[in-house]
Amino acid sequence: MFRGERLVLRGVSLSVAAGGALVLRGDNGTGKSTLLRTLAGLAPLAGGQIFWNGVPAMADFPSHAARIAWLGHLDAVKPALSVAEHVTDQTALTDMGLERFAALPARFLSAGQKRRLALARVAASLRPLWLLDEPTTGLDATSIGRFTALCARHRAAGGMIITSTHVALELPGAEVLAL
Amino acid sequence: MKTLIARELRLALRQGADTVAALVFFIICGTMFAFGVGPDPALLAALAPGVVWVAALLAALLPLEKLFGADFEDGTLDLLLLSGLPAYIVALAKACAHWLTTGLPLLLIAAPLAVMLRLPNHAMPLLLAGLVPGTLIFSLVGTLAAALTLGARRAGVLMALITLPLMIPALIFGANAVIAPHPLGAFAFLGAIFCLALPLAPLAAGAALRVAVE
Repeated sequence: MFRGERLVLRGVSLSVAAGGALVLRGDNGTGKSTLLRTLAGLAPLAGGQIFWNGVPAMADFPSHAARIAWLGHLDAVKPALSVAEHVTDQTALTDMGLERFAALPARFLSAGQKRRLALARVAASLRPLWLLDEPTTGLDATSIGRFTALCARHRAAGGMIITSTHVALELPGAEVLAL
Repeated sequence: MKTLIARELRLALRQGADTVAALVFFIICGTMFAFGVGPDPALLAALAPGVVWVAALLAALLPLEKLFGADFEDGTLDLLLLSGLPAYIVALAKACAHWLTTGLPLLLIAAPLAVMLRLPNHAMPLLLAGLVPGTLIFSLVGTLAAALTLGARRAGVLMALITLPLMIPALIFGANAVIAPHPLGAFAFLGAIFCLALPLAPLAAGAALRVAVE
C-alpha cells in the first residue's frame, strides 16, 4: 500500500469474522489510517486483494461502500446543520448522550461532542463493517463507555469492527494487528 | 441523490452569503461595463449579450472553490464517496446543487441587468433561453474543474484557467443566438454541448474525486 509515493505497508494479511473485532496498533505513521482507507476502498491497493465473503470486494465499489460505516480522523460535521440533521436516528443520539442537543447547530458543539456525533452517525448507519480511525480522540470516560457499549451491541448483532487506537479499548475477544 | 441535493440546498440556504456574493458580483461586473463603455444606448445594446454572458460565467466561478473544498477539508467527501452512490452520481448531484444555488439565481437576475444594458425587448427571451443551457453547461464543467483542482494549491486560479477556456464554445453560440438572424442553429449547438457535458463531466469529475481522496 502506498501513501503518496511512499510504500507504507506490505505483506499485511488480516481477516475478521461476523461479530469479530480487529484492533490496529502501531506508532504514528506506521500506516494504520492508510490500511483503514485501503479497506474502505478510498485508497488504492498496490498489490493483493480484499475479499468479502469470498468475493473480491473492490470489483463493485459502490456496493462495497454500502457495507461500510466510516469514521476518519476528521468528524465530517457541518457547522451550519443541527445535530438532528446530521443523525436522524434518535436512539443513536441517545446512545451517545446527544439527545439534549438535537436542535442545536453543530457549530456550538465541543470537539468531543462532535466526535460523539460522528460516532452516533456510525451507529445509525446500520452497516455491517465499522472502520474507525482513532474513535476515542477527544472523548471523556463516560463517552468511551457509551461507545464500547455500542460496539458490543453492534458485534452481538453480527457486525464487524476494525479500529485503530492508541488507548486501551474494551473490545472483548478482539484480535490485535501490530503494524 | 435527492437527499444529497436537498442537503446541499439546505447548507446553501443557511450560508446564503455565497449565492448573494455571486449575484452581487454579477451585477457589479455588468455595471462596470456600462460605466466603462459610456451611456451610448446603441453601443450598450450591441455589447449587452456578450457582457451578460461573460459576467454570468465569472460570477458562477465564485462558489466553485467551496463546491468540494469544504467537504474535502472536513472529511465529508470520504463519507459521500462511501455513501454507496457511484462517484459520478455524487458529482452530478453537486453540479445540480451548483446550478440551483448559482445558475438559477443568475438566470433570474440576468433580465434586469440586460434591461439596464439597453438590450432590446425582443432579444430578451433569446438571451435568457441561451443562458439556461449556458449555466447548466457551466455547472457541469465547473464541477469537473472543482474536482480536478481539489487539494491543489491555488485551486481557485487553476479552476478559472480550466473552466473558462472550456466555456468559450458555449459563450460564442450563446451570445450569437441573441443577434443572429436565425438563432435556431446556435441553440442546437448549445444543446449539443450540454448533451456532451451531461454524461462526460460528472464521469470525469467522479474519477477526479476518487483520486483526490487517496
